[in-house]
This record gives sequence, C-alpha cells and structure tokens, in this order.
Amino acid sequence: MPGEAILTAAPAALWREIGRWSMTLKIGSLMLLVIVLAGIFAPVVAPYDPYFQDYDKLLLPPSASHLFGTDQLGRDLFSRVIYGIRIDMTVGFIITFVPMIYGVAIGALAGYYGGVLDGVLMRLLDTAIAFPFLVLIIVVIAILGPGVQSIYIAVFLVAWTMYARLARAEMLVERSKDYMLAAETLGYPASRIIFRHALPNIIGSSVVFSMADFVLNILLLSGLSFLGLGIQPPEPEWGSMVAEGRDFIFDNWWICTLPGLAIVIAGTALSLIGDGLARRLGQSHQAIL
Amino acid sequence: MQFLAYILSRLVQMAPVLFLVVLIAFLAMELVPGDPIMLMLGGRANETMLQALHEEFGLDRPAVTRFFSFIANALQGDLGTSIIQRQPVSLIVGERVDKTLFVIVYGAVLAVLVALPLAIAAVMRHNRPTDHVIRLGGMIGLSMPPFWLALLLIMLFGLGLGWFPIGGYGEGFLGHLWHLFLPGLTIALFLSPILVQSLRAAMLDVMGEDYIEVARSKGLSPRRIIFKHVLRNALIPAITVLSVNIGWLLSGAVIIEYVFSIPGMGSLLVRAVGSRDLPVIQGLTVVFALFVMLVNLLADLSYMLVDRRVLRK
Repeated sequence: MPGEAILTAAPAALWREIGRWSMTLKIGSLMLLVIVLAGIFAPVVAPYDPYFQDYDKLLLPPSASHLFGTDQLGRDLFSRVIYGIRIDMTVGFIITFVPMIYGVAIGALAGYYGGVLDGVLMRLLDTAIAFPFLVLIIVVIAILGPGVQSIYIAVFLVAWTMYARLARAEMLVERSKDYMLAAETLGYPASRIIFRHALPNIIGSSVVFSMADFVLNILLLSGLSFLGLGIQPPEPEWGSMVAEGRDFIFDNWWICTLPGLAIVIAGTALSLIGDGLARRLGQSHQAIL
Repeated sequence: MQFLAYILSRLVQMAPVLFLVVLIAFLAMELVPGDPIMLMLGGRANETMLQALHEEFGLDRPAVTRFFSFIANALQGDLGTSIIQRQPVSLIVGERVDKTLFVIVYGAVLAVLVALPLAIAAVMRHNRPTDHVIRLGGMIGLSMPPFWLALLLIMLFGLGLGWFPIGGYGEGFLGHLWHLFLPGLTIALFLSPILVQSLRAAMLDVMGEDYIEVARSKGLSPRRIIFKHVLRNALIPAITVLSVNIGWLLSGAVIIEYVFSIPGMGSLLVRAVGSRDLPVIQGLTVVFALFVMLVNLLADLSYMLVDRRVLRK
C-alpha cells in the first residue's frame, strides 16, 4: 500500500530530520509552535474576552485569576497578549515573507541573466541601502494615515531589496557550477533551471536572514504602534499595549512590561530558529545582519 | 590625489539617491488624498484663508514648477514653512539637530563600549560556555523593542533607584551626558547585539586566515593575536554593519527621543506626523536621508584609515 507507506514514512523522515537539528533549532521551533498554537486557539487559551471592560476590576496586579493583571479599563492583559499573537505574528509574517518571495526571484533572475537587468537592479539596491527606511514608512503614513496598510505599502516597496541582494550574490556563484551547465546542455528552459535547480541552492542565506528580518519586523510593527502610527487601540497589539501602560509606570508596572515580554519571547524563538537554521544549512558563524 | 578622486566619485554616486529622496519628500505633499491644507487645518479654515494658504504654499501652480522650486529652495537651505508652528522648517529642524546627534553618538559610543569586550570574550572562548551565553544573550537582546527597554530602564534607574533623570536634555556638556545616559544606554543595548554578532563573525573569519596560523606558530600569545592582528582586520566588516544599520539606529533614536521627551528631530517627526504638518515632514525626510548618506560616506572613508588596500579596488 503506497499510501500507508507514505503515512508511516513521513513521520519517520520528520523525526530523522529533527534529530539532526541543533539544540537552538529544537527549542526555538518548540517555542514558535506553542506561540502559533496559542494564537490559533486564542478563544480557548485566553480566559477572558480581550475587549471586555470590567469596571469592577481596574488595574489589578497579576494574580491567579488574572495572570498578567488587568489594565486601566479592566481588560484582562493575559487574554489581550494571547490575542495579540494573531496581530503581531500575522503582520510580521506577511511583511517578512511576501517581499522575500519576489526579492529572491528578482535577485535570482538578475544573477542568472546579468546584463542590463542586473545593472539596473544594482543601482536600485544601492539606493535602497542609502535611504532611511523608517523615514519612508513615516512619509507613507503621513500620506495615507496611520494603519497597517501604510506599513504594508512601505515595507513591500523596500524590504525585497535585501533578499534580492542575497539571492543575486549566491546565483553568481552557482551559475558556473557543473550541474547548472548540465541542465543547460540538456536544453531545459531557463525557468526550470533557475527555479527548480538553482533555487534550492541559493535560498539558504535568504532563509537564515528571514528569521532576523521577522524579528526586526515585529519590532517595527510594535514600534510604530507604540508611537500611535500603526495598529490602533483597542486592537490588542503588543506595542500599543505597552504604550497604554506608559501612563501607569509609577504604580502599575505590569501593564507596560508584560506585553513587551511577549515581543521578547516571540523574537527570541525566531532568533533561535535562525541560529539553528544557519548551522543546519552550513552557514554557521556568519553574521545574519 | 587618489583619496580626493575617491571622495569625488562617492559624492557623484550620492547625487541620484539624494534626488530620489527629494522626490519622495515632494511627493508626500502631492499624494495626500484631498486638499493638504484642508487636511492639516482639520476643517477649521474658511474660504479666504484656504485661498491665501494655497498661494503661500504655491499650491496654485503646476506640480512640475513646484518640484523645481522645491529643489531650488532646498539647495538654498529653505525647506518651507511649518503649517502648525508658522515658522521656517529649517529653523525648527536646525535647533534640534544637535540634540539628535548627541543622543546618537552617545548611544553608538556606549554600544561599542558594551559590544567590543563581549565580542572579544566570545572569540577567545569560542564554542565554550562564555561564547554560548553571549550568543544567547544577543538573541534575546535583539528581540527587545527599544521603547520597552527604555521604559524598563526608566522604571529601574529613574523611578526605582533614582540615579538618573528620566527626561529632558540638560544644561552644558556634563548635563547632557547626565540627562541622556538612559536614552544612550537604551540605544547601546539595542544596537550592541547586532554589533557583537557581526564583530564576532568577522573575527572568527579572520581567525581562519593563514597569517593568524603563522602568528600562532611563532608562539604569540592568544591575547596579542586577537588585539594586534584579528581586531584590526575585523574592523571593516564591523564598520559596515554599523553604517548599514544607521537607518535602524536612527529609527531607534526617533522612538527613544519620544519616550524620554528629548527635544530632537525624532520627537519632532512623531509630532509632525500626528498633526500632519507636511512641510516639517518633508524637511525632516531630507535631513534624515542626508544624515544617513553622510554616515555611509564617513564609513567608506574610515575603511581607508583601517585598510589602505580599499583604495586599490
């Protein structure tokens, strides 16, 4: 039975693969899995409605019934942090991996074909490096108003350049290797050579970089929201929760510290995975930034 | 001579980037949906006032004409007039430049003071517990949002222990150092993970070179090898990382100025976006971009001080 064989072989292969992982990759993946599951099953995990304001329970310190305490409107902070996973991790994922897809594709094409396309791309990349990213985002926000769509537009305009740079550099190395020449000799179409043969070999550095990029993107989103330029209250976004707690740092430490801790934990999970992937893909002790 | 030619070619390379920056800044005013004056005044304007402001900001002329006069004015240091504060943008920005520079340089110096010993320790104890702890600390440090770090430092050193002021700019050089210690430390803490990581990686790469093997076989002490041979050659990648991340450092500075209420360009930017004061945003865009380009230029020039071979490439 082939179907049965696949069902039994797949977990076995998965376990073999996990066996090769470093400690950092294992711990990071486990942390990320827990975070993602908590986000997906937020209605089950969170004990309260994240928007429900209980005016009998304002500014309660952390306790057994309210793990992270309550805020100035009597909302349960732990529930809001759990629901925050849905916002921060989703937006962070989108603004990391959407630009990665076309960035790698553009870099691979430029590296493979060279010529005018490559020249234009290199000029673009130099410009993007010299341009202060945050200022561009703020200009876009000034034009379109605060909100997540401004962040999407600004990030999609700029963030692909780093991936294009990495993929192009790797493609230049890969292009002259024997297996590429063999594929060309066999008369395969360029699209097949680039995306089926070269891609798996040039994507390593982009994958490693994407993890650090994911961390920085979560910091970007929460930072903009902290400034009031990103996700707006009452949405349970981690950065805007910290901003709300800022007025209460004298007496109610938990409101601004605990949501920030969620960012640190999520970021650490992704950094651990990035470190582990670098080792697994044979790129250890290379700087990822 | 070679040196001058190099600087000149770098300046020529900067021109198209600067043009693009000015274009983007200009487009901010053009692309705002609706009437920018109306938007900024928030519906508080009557017909005659609108007319007068349109003429004052030249919005009655075609876009291309305005773009070239925008460039011409910017070249003469005139960045327009703030709609909210009714003062020249160059004046408002000008009196804040030094504050932002002070915070950034202070933070960068503190970051190097934190990062350099850690990177050296990690390399000298490569793949041993010290190295692992520093690497793990770097991963956690990289994940800490600067605004959160700033609030933690305020709670701990400002409110809890009362060692440092939690806002303002202070009087005199020592006063600045004293008032800006917590902001500087925040920048240092969020910049140093990147710095440690890149310095460590660069030094480990250098450690694999033949001449280090030679130095080792001559019987030089590990300390001497690290300080005399490795560190110097690892500086270039480290400077690159620092200059590439200057945009990141600047965005951190914007948030930190806002949290510590330092009267710099960053807090001005946040306020200007809040009140949609477009001329101020345009001016700050140009100034920030110029700053990033200058830092990148300085980084390129400093390579030559570290390694003369760069010139020959």
